[in-house]
Amino acid sequence: MAEQIIFYVLAIVIVVFSILSVTSGRILRAATYLLFVLLATAGLYLLMGYQFLFGVQISVYAGGIMVLYIFSILLTSHAGDKEKRASWKKLLPAGFAAVVGFALCGHIIFHNVFKVVEAVATEPTMKEIGTAMMGTGKNQYLLPFEAISILLLACIIGGIMIARKR
Amino acid sequence: MSTIPLAAYLILTAIMFFAGVYGFLSRRNMLTILMSLELMLNAADINFVVFNKYLYPGQLDGAFFALFAIGVSAAETAIAIAIIINIYRNIKNIYVDEVSKMKY
Amino acid sequence: MMSYTLIIVVLPLLMFLFLGLLGSKMKPAVAGIIGTIGMSAVTLLSWFTAATYFFSVGKIGETFQAIVPINFEWLRFTDKLHIDLGILLDPISVMMLVVITTVSLMVHIYSFGYMKGERGFQRYYALLSLFSFSMLGLVVATNIFQMYIFWELVGVSSYSLIGFYYTKPSAVAASKKAFIVTRFADLFFLIGILLLSFYSGTFSFDALTDPNGSILGKTITDTFMGWSVISWAMMLIFIGGAGKSAMLPFHIWLPDAMEGPTPVSALIHAATMVVAGVFLVARMFPVYYFGAPEVLTIISYIGAATALFAAIVACTQTDIKRVLAFSTISQIAYMITALGVSGYGGHEGLGYMASMFHLFTHAFFKALLFLGAGAVIHAVHSNEMDSMGGLRKYLPITHITFLIACLSIAGIPPFSGFFSKDEILVAAFEKNMLIFGCLYFCAGLTAFYMFRLYYRIFWGNSNKVYKHTPHESPISMSIPLIFLATLTCVTGLIPFSEFISSDKTVFHTHIEWSIASMSILVAVIGIVVATVMYRKENQMAHKFATTFKVLYTSAYHKFYFDEVWMFVTQKVIFNGVSKPIAWFDRHVVDGFMDLQSTTTNYVSRKIKFVQSGEIQDYAWAFIMGTVVIVALLIFI
Repeated sequence: MAEQIIFYVLAIVIVVFSILSVTSGRILRAATYLLFVLLATAGLYLLMGYQFLFGVQISVYAGGIMVLYIFSILLTSHAGDKEKRASWKKLLPAGFAAVVGFALCGHIIFHNVFKVVEAVATEPTMKEIGTAMMGTGKNQYLLPFEAISILLLACIIGGIMIARKR
Repeated sequence: MSTIPLAAYLILTAIMFFAGVYGFLSRRNMLTILMSLELMLNAADINFVVFNKYLYPGQLDGAFFALFAIGVSAAETAIAIAIIINIYRNIKNIYVDEVSKMKY
Repeated sequence: MMSYTLIIVVLPLLMFLFLGLLGSKMKPAVAGIIGTIGMSAVTLLSWFTAATYFFSVGKIGETFQAIVPINFEWLRFTDKLHIDLGILLDPISVMMLVVITTVSLMVHIYSFGYMKGERGFQRYYALLSLFSFSMLGLVVATNIFQMYIFWELVGVSSYSLIGFYYTKPSAVAASKKAFIVTRFADLFFLIGILLLSFYSGTFSFDALTDPNGSILGKTITDTFMGWSVISWAMMLIFIGGAGKSAMLPFHIWLPDAMEGPTPVSALIHAATMVVAGVFLVARMFPVYYFGAPEVLTIISYIGAATALFAAIVACTQTDIKRVLAFSTISQIAYMITALGVSGYGGHEGLGYMASMFHLFTHAFFKALLFLGAGAVIHAVHSNEMDSMGGLRKYLPITHITFLIACLSIAGIPPFSGFFSKDEILVAAFEKNMLIFGCLYFCAGLTAFYMFRLYYRIFWGNSNKVYKHTPHESPISMSIPLIFLATLTCVTGLIPFSEFISSDKTVFHTHIEWSIASMSILVAVIGIVVATVMYRKENQMAHKFATTFKVLYTSAYHKFYFDEVWMFVTQKVIFNGVSKPIAWFDRHVVDGFMDLQSTTTNYVSRKIKFVQSGEIQDYAWAFIMGTVVIVALLIFI
């Protein structure tokens, strides 16, 4: 019961704020709404029992990426600027694509909704996550871990190279 | 036993995803386009975790995929913002329709 | 046996290649000598061939047989229909070998002196060799398609040689005219060949003239508009021959072809190429006689009309080469008429024999006339009669040889022209009195205009003062004149019917003195009239011209045939046929291509907006594409 209430609260937050984020005129407000969406997402993770993921979401996404966005917004425009709304010619295809895509997804979901069993509650412990991350057997993720570290290295160097002052 | 049906989660992520699609296609400021992209990525991450929980309870594959997706998204956002800063330095604004010097 | 005859045909080709490719690297005299030596080798070989054929090998019983030393298949269409290349030795082809090589050799020697110092001397000798090769290949052809191939080659050589002085616009125009007119006639020739080979299933002369074959055996019965297809084919083939032999109305190219060097006129346009049409009809004669006799009648009428026409025009021309050109047209018309009135076999085939005999003698005396005219032109540096007169004092050798040739062509015994012309008149007399009358009147006219020419050049104004004293030609030009004059004197005495006849069986002829005396009479009358009018300078010719002004003017303008042809080509063909075709080509064919390119341009401009460079457009396309594909996969 409690689970359902929490879920619906989080769901409403996500839906409302994501729509507001994409339609808002002011950039900083859009960024703030996005922050709320990300926090609610983290909450969803926690609801499902993945605490590690909850932590990562908050620290990386809400804490790192959103800060990056806000910095760049402040760098490239005045915070109070109202963004000029795009013309109808742009909004209509966008809306059309979104609606059609959503209709298709909805159809698929409802077509298959009764084929799924109810879930068991699982809560992966840190030990399990750690062993899986550092292991080299089947279902274990050492290689992707190393790969992503190289990716992050490349990304750091690339970012510095692109954005340095000439 | 979770009482929230799988379909609920999926509808939720669908709304989030297509909101992101709408934002991507209709915004003028490059940063807001990137933010819509983040929305889409997040929706996908939630989908992975949800399917992991409901269909493959014993394994962690979905969660790890979401983990790595978050990492990659962070890296990609950083680079994208670096490029946008560069563009801003050249044309003093960051609207997509203004970046047209090499177009016909 | 007799496969050495291949050398006769191939050696001139090798000479052409050698002189053509390497000529500019050697001195002109060397090129001339090489060409002449090659030609003399060929000439000796062909005399040897003739001696062997006519006197030892060729005759079996009373009939000559055709010998085919070489015949190989070149292009095969079906089992029965194939184009061969080969050598056919037959009385008329061996005779033609002798004629062509002898005259060609004389021209080679003569050109050594005449063309001395000319630019392009080596090219000239190369082209002479090419022409000799083509003509030789034509006469020894074993099948009609090989003849056609060499026919066209001869046309090309003629074109190159007429246009030899390619910097002169009139020469270029004349060469184009010759080539186009003969090519136009050759179109009909080709259609005739195709018709004939389609119905008879073969190209080879052997099979076409085979008495048991499809044509002579009368197994082809298709008709078209009243005539059998064989008649149509033979008529078309004759039109091709008429073009090459300058019969009415295709004669227009021959007077203009005099723009070429005079030795070329002697070789090509007097003795050899222009008789190709006569040779063609003679070669196909059994087919004409048995398969298309009505065409033979038409041929005889066309020949008679041409002879008369050309003789009348020749009486008024003032350029000496033009007079000789029309004379050639007239004499060839005699040969064609003789074939037209001929029968087949033994004495019936007298016309055939007479035609070939006249071809033989005419080659020599006409070549002599042209070479003599060349010597005169060389001395006086002009072609017009008005700048000549009294040249007998300055050019004795030329004078005597020219006189011999004129007597021969007029038909005075014992020169060769009398014998051959007499046979033609006898053949015509036995067949068709109208044609006989026409040819008889022509004989008189021939004597008249030839002696008009002779007197105007060598007598006339005997005290004419020349700016540069005319000098006799060098020895290289005089030797051929003397040799040809000798031939003109003796060839009349050859008993030609012992060698050439329509069915290859020999028969005996004798002079029919009743006709002969009539022809000598009319020739003498012509000569006397010319003597009175032209021996000394007087006003008789002028008064005659003004009295018959209309006739004179139209004859002087060659009866306006050139103007009529110009009208037909420019107003009718160009405007009626060429312009619409050109319009069609430019607007429909090109237009279609342009339409494709314009459409492509238009479409590309219209769909260019898809590649907008806007990332959101691309993303939209991406998302919609994914949605569509997924929908397709689910619902279909």
